[in-house]
Amino acid sequence: MSSQHKLWSLVVIAGLFFSACSMPARFKPKNTATTPDGNPSLNGTPGKKHTKIEVFSWWVGGGEAAGLNAMIKVFKAEYPDIDFENAAVAGGAGTNARAVLASRLQAGDPPDSWQGHAGQELIGTYVKANQLESLNFLYAQEKWLDVMPKALIPLISKDGQIYSVPVNIHRANVLWYNPKILAANHLTVPTTLDEFLADLEVLKSTNTIPLALGEQWTAMHLFETVLLATLGPETYSGLWTGKADWSSPEVRKALENYQRVLQYTNSDSSTLSWQDAAQLVVDGDAAFYIMGDWTEAYYKELGKKPHADYGWAAVPGTKGVFQFLSDSFVLPVGAPNREGAIDWLKLAGSKEGQDAFNPVKGSIPVRSDTNRSLYDEYLQSAMDDWAKDILVGSLYHGVVANDSWKTEINTDLGIFLGDRDIDRFQAALVAACKSVGTCS
Amino acid sequence: MPKLKNADDYLAIALITPSILAVGVFVYGFIAWTLRVSVSRWTGLLPDFSLVGLRNYWELYFDPRFQIDARNLAIFTFVFVGGALLLGFVMAVLVDQNLPGENFFRSLFLFPMAISYIVTGVVWRWLMNPAEGTRISGLNQIFESMGLNFLISRWHTAPVWGIAAIALAAIWQMSGFTMALFLGGLRSISDDVREAARVDGASEWQLYRYIIIPLLNPVTLSVVIILGHISLKVFDLIVSLAGKQLALDVPAIYMWQATFDGYFFGRGAAISILMLLIISLLIIPYIYFNLKHEADL
Repeated sequence: MSSQHKLWSLVVIAGLFFSACSMPARFKPKNTATTPDGNPSLNGTPGKKHTKIEVFSWWVGGGEAAGLNAMIKVFKAEYPDIDFENAAVAGGAGTNARAVLASRLQAGDPPDSWQGHAGQELIGTYVKANQLESLNFLYAQEKWLDVMPKALIPLISKDGQIYSVPVNIHRANVLWYNPKILAANHLTVPTTLDEFLADLEVLKSTNTIPLALGEQWTAMHLFETVLLATLGPETYSGLWTGKADWSSPEVRKALENYQRVLQYTNSDSSTLSWQDAAQLVVDGDAAFYIMGDWTEAYYKELGKKPHADYGWAAVPGTKGVFQFLSDSFVLPVGAPNREGAIDWLKLAGSKEGQDAFNPVKGSIPVRSDTNRSLYDEYLQSAMDDWAKDILVGSLYHGVVANDSWKTEINTDLGIFLGDRDIDRFQAALVAACKSVGTCS
Repeated sequence: MPKLKNADDYLAIALITPSILAVGVFVYGFIAWTLRVSVSRWTGLLPDFSLVGLRNYWELYFDPRFQIDARNLAIFTFVFVGGALLLGFVMAVLVDQNLPGENFFRSLFLFPMAISYIVTGVVWRWLMNPAEGTRISGLNQIFESMGLNFLISRWHTAPVWGIAAIALAAIWQMSGFTMALFLGGLRSISDDVREAARVDGASEWQLYRYIIIPLLNPVTLSVVIILGHISLKVFDLIVSLAGKQLALDVPAIYMWQATFDGYFFGRGAAISILMLLIISLLIIPYIYFNLKHEADL
């Protein structure tokens, strides 16, 4: 046994050693010129106060990281006295980052600001735990209510308090299609669910995949758009506030539609990422794909041309409705550098900040007064729709349901993908709504 | 407690104290903490330690997802432990034949163990690609080009038994390790025993069936325990090979999603405790057996 204990002590000592080596950068003095003892607030150069802010996100690659860097550049130009520390955590649409954030918050060590999906993902998790400050004062001071859509505000507020600054808008209910496959089969772009199902049926007899689908979360994305298409915006939104009934025949109809649509998807969906599935369309393997408009940035990255290689439309049955999601920044209670964080939020909500971030990220600005010429053809069409469409929130992307509810629905949906039992699925959705307290 | 005799004993105690403290806090302390959380109501970021008794466990018992997890775990453990045991034994017997190139094959079979589960998962993700038609690739493509179309499989996307495909990758990784243990066991069996059996007229089959395999029983037990507890904790292999999807869900993945995606801390802790209990069912009798065995010596 003693040799085992020697081994244990070695392991523990090695562990302590390595954890000391890999201590996060925030514990170490970063800029020796201004912060020799690692305590920036006491060490400003005379006259000007030199501080730093730490901003937490899951933007580590592609257009997201490029967009963030563009915004950081503008920030540094405007606030040269604030060091910007980019604390990004990689992985899976933010699931890893949120786990890290949760443990930091529980340890009482919040970053100065963090990125989160606007809506219930922030409200139902962090506001409920009293971790966020209301930003109504900033909205009034910066007059953001005049330039942001009125219908957006209730979706990102709780009890009249706004808790985040949205920097971009993505659209979830977009149908991507391969124009050549549609032409070859004499099909037009469907506008209703029935037309869509008829088109899928025609394509089923060809050797192309009618509808591309990826791993489980893309199935949830498809689910929320079919739910919206079947129920319409009012009932769909009601589901998340307790005003509409999950056990209604309309919801059952939506689940039936979802089941029908699923029959036309590729059998290897669970092994494909959203990019893999998106690529099926531009490679000519699949005709349709339902995914958010970050898909367009990916198509451009692949060197594909709009109209020739891919086309877009609202998901059939959702024309005139904009199912949105939004990345936003917050002000935590107990931010180490509250003033710096507010400066960052001002930039995130400003015209300059949004015009720096969005063209690179491939999303549209929240504000209505931005420079339209910076955006490409798809984004301009999305900006037009954003200005005039009915707004509803996305489920998977955190607007309408908090993380707990979303996780329960994800489990129920995963079981449904296996057993395809509509009765059980609907009962589980009713139970999920009750378990989070939205339904009685 | 034996009386301390000299400076050596004090040094020994001083040296093991940090590890005892560390193990006490970081292993047993956190097990106790997890147990406490598992009987609490805690959901969401704010801790809520109000006691709910065994409700979290009770709910898991009726949870359809946990039933899928239990089924998957049973299939995975059965296929993985059985397959690795069988393959490892066969490889050990082959390597044990004193043929030239033994060292080469021994290393070859052992190498997969040096790879992490993440890497294994990524490689087998490519190999077991279930795509059809023109996009066919990996093993399925090899089978197709060889005309072995009946072997083309949906691999881990097959309903119910998909998890067994994941176990294939785990067998590939761990059977070399099993071989090494069996080889050590085989080498420790004296040639006299084999020769005595042969003199008595035993065939090679009878020699293995009645002499060698029974003599290897302690090794087999160790292998089952080691592979068994690896199998019950499996997480990284599945996530890197197939992502987090319900068809291939196991308790460790459910624990992660319940705790960190859904903030159901009470439920996540209950799953952890259940996993610990299942593993204890394997480990505790083993430790008991070992200690008793040592005491007998």
